[in-house]
Amino acid sequence: MTAVATPDKTARRGVAPTQGLRRPRRYGRVLLYVALLAGSIPTLLPFVWLVRSALMQDAQMFVSPPEWLPSPFQWSNFSEALTSQPFGRYFLNTLVIAVISVLGTVLTCSVAAFSFSRLRWRGRNVVFALLLSGVMLPYAVTLIPTFVMWQQLDAIDTIAPLTVPSWFAGAGGGVFNIFLLRQFFLTIPFELDEAAYIDGASPWRVFWTIVMPLSKPAIIVVTIFTFIGTWNDFLGPLLYLQSEENYTLSLGLASFQSMYLTQWGYLMAASAAVIAPIVALFFFLQRYFIEGVTLTGIKN
Amino acid sequence: MRRLETRWGILMALPAILGFVIFTIGPMVASAWFSLTDWTIGGSPSFVGLDNYTAMAHDELFWKSLGTTTYYTLGAVPLVLIVSFAVAMLLNEKVRGLAVWRTIFYLPTLVPAIANVVLWIWIFNPDFGLLNSLLRQGGLPGSQWIYAESTAVPSLIIMSTWGFGNTMVIFLAGLQGVPRHLYEAVSIDGGGAWRRFWHVTLPMMTPTIFYNLVVGVVGTFQVFNQAYVMTEGGPNHATLFYVYYLFRKAFTESEMGYASALAWTLFMIIMVVTFLIFRNARRWVYYEMAGAR
Repeated sequence: MTAVATPDKTARRGVAPTQGLRRPRRYGRVLLYVALLAGSIPTLLPFVWLVRSALMQDAQMFVSPPEWLPSPFQWSNFSEALTSQPFGRYFLNTLVIAVISVLGTVLTCSVAAFSFSRLRWRGRNVVFALLLSGVMLPYAVTLIPTFVMWQQLDAIDTIAPLTVPSWFAGAGGGVFNIFLLRQFFLTIPFELDEAAYIDGASPWRVFWTIVMPLSKPAIIVVTIFTFIGTWNDFLGPLLYLQSEENYTLSLGLASFQSMYLTQWGYLMAASAAVIAPIVALFFFLQRYFIEGVTLTGIKN
Repeated sequence: MRRLETRWGILMALPAILGFVIFTIGPMVASAWFSLTDWTIGGSPSFVGLDNYTAMAHDELFWKSLGTTTYYTLGAVPLVLIVSFAVAMLLNEKVRGLAVWRTIFYLPTLVPAIANVVLWIWIFNPDFGLLNSLLRQGGLPGSQWIYAESTAVPSLIIMSTWGFGNTMVIFLAGLQGVPRHLYEAVSIDGGGAWRRFWHVTLPMMTPTIFYNLVVGVVGTFQVFNQAYVMTEGGPNHATLFYVYYLFRKAFTESEMGYASALAWTLFMIIMVVTFLIFRNARRWVYYEMAGAR
């Protein structure tokens, strides 16, 4: 929680310069915080409910009026929920898919973004515009043929359908990453490239030794969003993974839910365990998260 | 150098181009073709012309799913826009501990879709769930939430509003880009907070509102997880969302041809809706560069 307690540089920079020209009156300030507090209660309540239920005995959960503090703390909900199904295995499966996807996306998207921003070739802008148009396509349109294709390739129940597209710049959604990286690459001075070319460097060298090292913030943003996207994906694994040993966390949780329909303690413990890694990642990389969403917003 | 640049340029863009052909254009063309066939998995497709599309006109569930999805979109999108805009406005004031507030409001968007669904099933539980517990404590009658036909979609709209964080952060970025001198101008003219909002903030934010509106509509039109895990389209098809219906047709009933026709119809609906929003946008979205509305 330390990341929250100490507002980082971005946050301080983010404090709006736009308003507060005159010192707002005191009651206005109070009202502001009251409003924020009022807004954060419904936002946080589901989390409180989650943690409270994850640590509670069933008997205590089914009383009216509801009790908020578990007594005793039922830590065994976690151990029992997480061992009733191979969640460790699911975790590893998810991690493998996420890491392969992140690597592929970052590499192929930044290479393409480099080509679209810093190399001149005929038809470049037409190709880029064409790729961008793919963003508008609803995933439902490509869903069935893509499934049939993987079926023909005998790749059902492997991680190929979930990872290979990311090595082709992430197919549909990946175009957005190319866009984002391209925007960032355009801010790097072109003189750097020219000097390197005069020294006889190849475009690949310029890309790898000049542009990439200078683009860390953008690369981190793409990494985070791809990681979260694959980590949270449900439809993909649902379609392509069949045997239980290949399940991802999302799939595992869904099947767990269908088995323990009313075991709320177990269900909430398992959900909390699935949520925790992402929330931890967020606190760790908070600054980049917000920057990333901000970059997203610049799009329009 | 020129030649070299072209060669490298194409080479480096190649994975993206191939990906576009293999995973976007190819499947798109294929699904257009599938939509003109009668085809179940295992069999071979036979050409039936526009039969799938005409069958849709008589398919009650198709209309039901379209209506349900529209209902959901019309509820969820404006609600998320209003809530996230309001909170972004609050955070755009000089707030102490901005990072903490921002984190609080952003947190729900991080919850993986399935964990989110499982959590909300419990929140909506009519007997011991969070919402009914609170209502009863306040002396109010509870609701059946996702378990009753009339409240199922509104319940899912409430649930979707919880994840307003992404939209909020984009609004916040937009608000911080509003030029300060415009506010000064209004203040010099003696305008108060309301005038600053009405004559500066709102017009300057229209491009961001527009962006969030389009992204929101396209997103909610494709809602799936809630229907699949929470309600299975029920009760009595009350939450039979379009993509869930499509999924069921394709992967449960194995009617690939009909499902492809559903997919293309959705594509066309989204295109028309986006087109209408874009056309309508000319009237209310303010672009600085054009210098006029």
